[in-house]
Parts: sequence; C-alpha cells; structure tokens
Amino acid sequence: MTEKILIKGNEAIGEAAIQAGCRYYFGYPITPQSELPEYMARKLPTVGGVFLQAESEIAAINMLYGAASAGARAMTSSSSPGFSLKQEGISYIAAAELPCLLVNVQRGGPGLGTIQPGQADYFQATKGGGHGDYRLLVLAPNSVQELFDLTVEGFDLADKYRIPVLILADGALGQMMEAVSVNIKPSPKVEKPWAITGRRGRKETNVINTLSFDKDTSEQTNRDLQKKYAAISQNEARCEEFFTDNAELVLVAYGITARIAKSAMEKARSQGLKVGLIRPVTLWPFPSPDLLRVAQTAKAFLVSELSAGQMIEDVELAIRCQKPVYFHGRTGGNMPSTDDLYQQILTIMNAGGN
Amino acid sequence: MQEKLFAITDGLINAATHYCPGCHHGIIHRLVAEVIDELGVLDTSILIEPVGCAVLAHNYFNVDTIQAAHGRAPAVATAVKRVHPDAVVFTYQGDGDLAAIGCAEIVHAAMRGEKFTTIFVNNIIYGMTGGQMAPTTLESQVTATSPFGRKTEEAGRPIRVAEMLATLDGAKYIARVAVNTPANVNKAKAAIKEAFTGQIRGDGFTLVEVLSTCPTNWGMSPVKANKFVEESMVPYFPLGIFKDAEGKQ
Repeated sequence: MTEKILIKGNEAIGEAAIQAGCRYYFGYPITPQSELPEYMARKLPTVGGVFLQAESEIAAINMLYGAASAGARAMTSSSSPGFSLKQEGISYIAAAELPCLLVNVQRGGPGLGTIQPGQADYFQATKGGGHGDYRLLVLAPNSVQELFDLTVEGFDLADKYRIPVLILADGALGQMMEAVSVNIKPSPKVEKPWAITGRRGRKETNVINTLSFDKDTSEQTNRDLQKKYAAISQNEARCEEFFTDNAELVLVAYGITARIAKSAMEKARSQGLKVGLIRPVTLWPFPSPDLLRVAQTAKAFLVSELSAGQMIEDVELAIRCQKPVYFHGRTGGNMPSTDDLYQQILTIMNAGGN
Repeated sequence: MQEKLFAITDGLINAATHYCPGCHHGIIHRLVAEVIDELGVLDTSILIEPVGCAVLAHNYFNVDTIQAAHGRAPAVATAVKRVHPDAVVFTYQGDGDLAAIGCAEIVHAAMRGEKFTTIFVNNIIYGMTGGQMAPTTLESQVTATSPFGRKTEEAGRPIRVAEMLATLDGAKYIARVAVNTPANVNKAKAAIKEAFTGQIRGDGFTLVEVLSTCPTNWGMSPVKANKFVEESMVPYFPLGIFKDAEGKQ
C-alpha cells in the first residue's frame, strides 16, 4: 500500500518517532521547530507516551539522558540557539553510550541569529559541540519524506551502535509540507541489559557512569569509543550521487541546499554542461571515500551551504585537496537561488574548472 | 548463641569509603540505605547521584545508579520515574549541585510534583573541588573563594532550600534534619522514611535537607565540626518539617 499524507516537516519527524516506538519526548519551545513538540504534546498521550515541556534545553537533554538510561526509546528536539544549550548533556550521553534521537532544525546564527533557515551548525554537529572526543551519527535529510524515513532509521542506528543520532534539518525542511508515505516496517525490539530499571532480582547493580579517576581506565573508555566510531565510519557513510561518473564540475550540498543544487545541475545539464552532484546523507561519518573516488575524474568541486563555509573543509579533506574546491554560501536565513548557483557553475566552467 | 546487634544493611555494598574522616556522608548513606531496605523497595530503587563528593555513591549503594551532570539530577530523575513509575527514584545532591548550578532543575521538578525523593546534603561548602563558597555558605564564613569571609553585600545571604521549596504546591514533604548527634540521627532517619513513604504513596515531590559537616574544608576536627552544626548552622537553617501535605501530622 502506498498511502500518503500531506504533512509538515516538523510534524513528520514526530509522526515517524511515534511509529518507530518512541514514547518519551522532552523539549522546550523554539522557532522554527515548535510544531514538533506541539505534535508530540497532542499525540504522545494518546499512545500511552509522555510529552514533557522542560524548564530549559539543559533540563530537556538531561531528561533524555535519564529516559535513555532507563532503557526507553526517547528524543528531544530544538533549533540552533537551543541546541547549543544541549551540548553539555550530549557529551554525557555520548560518553555513557546511550541510544537516543536528537533533532536540530537549524536556523541562522550566531547568537539569536534569525528564525529563517540555516546550516551553520555543521561544525557543532559533526566535530562535537560539547567537550571531549565524541561523535554523533549525523543524518541530513533533504525532503519531508526523508525527515520521516531517517527519523525511523535514526532510532534503529542509535540502538545498533548505542550512540546518540542527530537529525540535522533546517527551518525550510521543518516548515514545508510535502506528501509522505508513512508506512513503516517496525524493527524488532532491542534488548538493553545495561539499562537502569532497579535491580529487580539482578544480583549486580547497573551503573551509568562517565567518570573515572584512573587515567588508564579513562583512556580505555576513549579507545572503546573510537573503535565504535571507526566501525560506524566503515559501515554507515552514505551519499546520493548524480552524474558523477562523467562530471567535470561536481556540486556538493546537503539538506535543503542539495535540492537547489540539483536544480542548478539539471539546468546546466540541459545546456550540455558536464555537471554532477554529490549529496551527503550522513554528515558524520562523512562520505569521504565517495568524494575521493569522484575526485579522480572530476576537474573541480563547488560546495554550497547556508553558512560561511563549514562542510567545505570536509570536502577538501576528503579529496585531499587534489582538485580546486569553490564555494557559494548564503547566511542570515538567505538561500542561494537556482540561478545563483547556475551562474557560479558557468563562471567556474568558463575558467576551465581551475 | 550470641545475639547479632549490628550488621551492614543490604542497602549498602560492603566497600571501603572514600569520604574524609568525620564527614557525614557515610551516616546519611547508611540512613537512606536502611530506609530503602526497611520499606522493602531495595530491588526497585534507583539512585541518581550528583557531581560532588557523592559522585561515587554507586560504589556504596546497592541499587541501580545513574550519574548525572552537575545539578541535573532532578531532570534525570524526572525522566527515570516517568519511564519506571513503579520504581523508587531518589537523587542525592550537595549544596553546590542543588542550590547553585541545579537550582532551576530542583525548583521545576518540585513545581511539577515529580514523584521522586531528594536527599539534599547541605554542608555549606563545595567539598570535592576543595572548599569554595556555596550558596549556603554562612555569612562571614571563610572559604577558598571567600578568603575574607562571605560578604552579604556581594554574595547575598545563604539560600534556605527547604523553606523555598516548601512554598511549591508540588512539594508534598519537606524537612530539614541534622546527623550531628544520636538524637538527630534518629530524627533524620524518621524524616527520610517519611519522604520515601510519601513517594511510594505517590504524593508528589519529597525532600529531606540534611545539615552535614565538612571537617576537611572547614578546617575543624570532626568533634568541633559537629558542635559547629549545632551552634552556627542550626540557628540559620532551623531543623523541622516545613511541609507535610499528605501525612498524618
């Protein structure tokens, strides 16, 4: 059956979470993601779940730490300024290896910035906004359907690797309405013998602890984390490619910007220009091997983001600076138009891609 | 056959303590563990431990434990109790953790009437970090960060947590006790038992503030520290039950 519903991006995340078995939501209102907590406030009580509006983002992320420790499928969401406040708790969640889902519907920054869409939280999302050596598995949807699908999959990935998974969306995706297929195949329940439940007959106590006074124990904890991150890098990096096998200029963009980039690419293709597109679906792990492969045949890359240039650093690293990498970004809640990007393509290609 | 007069409660793990000589944490741990054991809820109890001297409480309490970030134990406990409503959930927090960095979390958990119990250990100083000024530090008290004594015109007067939280409707049992004398230890245990009983009944938020010593950072002998509780702390932080909304009294 291919039943589709017309639904707003923020609400699609909520619907996906509920269908994926999430019964605990903790959050704090902030534009442009408030439709998500509002949706959870309406829906969760009807399925025996808990919606809790916390006193702050800090409280919300620590409630998530508690619910995930207790073995529940749980989530929180926010937008850029609020998501910054969650960074302390995210570091603890990563250290304690607690599976849960985080959502950042990005707006422009820094500071209060703007309530319009942005992608300037890329560094925070992929390099670790909190303290210590940790990673989030970062998923970057580019449609309302993908917001739904990656939310469902995000919970499974979180359980599979005992890692917090971040849906890095933006205000445009959160606010837009699209037709979405909402039929999912529920995944089997994951056993969590480590969860905090009360001993209930268990002889030993379960403890969620991120502190070690012994430096070798602490280093071993870091080694274990890095081993897990290496496995995720190996298994989960993902991107979508268009015409990369014969492209001279390859656009690189994610999320809402990838849709604009795709339109610009199609316009260029219709003019006979050999342009392709790589759309990272996972931002961490970054699909570096795919970019490096494409760099062997492409002449140049053009990165576009709603930032002053953040993902471009990962692109340059991925291709080991073997080819020129151009950048076109907008900030402050502005978006590049298809024509903006098309003009950039023309300029680069007229210069021979060098 | 000899009569057994004393045994370690099942609520505690038989481990060597890291607490300083004369510190009250050991007594308070034991009282809480005895209460949990006597109420028959050892198997369903969950501790949320703080950042501070009690950060290693999981080495002593024979219950599942989550270590919270500094001050966030009430938020963690809120979620744990929502996920496991049949569990007996308690936070164990010091005055820096609860009354400074975690002030918002404790106030809002109490406001919501979250059905967990907080053991608030008030020793008027930051113990683990080496004796800095706390929100509960007494007027003129010398600490590492108030080397000339707490000046009220700069740092205000100490916060009375029990009285403050008792104003909230969601808080159902609020008491302040001390453990510096055998008589006070008995009263403290009774209050802790009331708080846990209230939680088990589903009354709402319950809290017991326990005045405690920190001989190391106060620079006093344990005996002198016990006397200091009586002479300097109790006059400012009066002992008693500030709220007993559902109890028999």
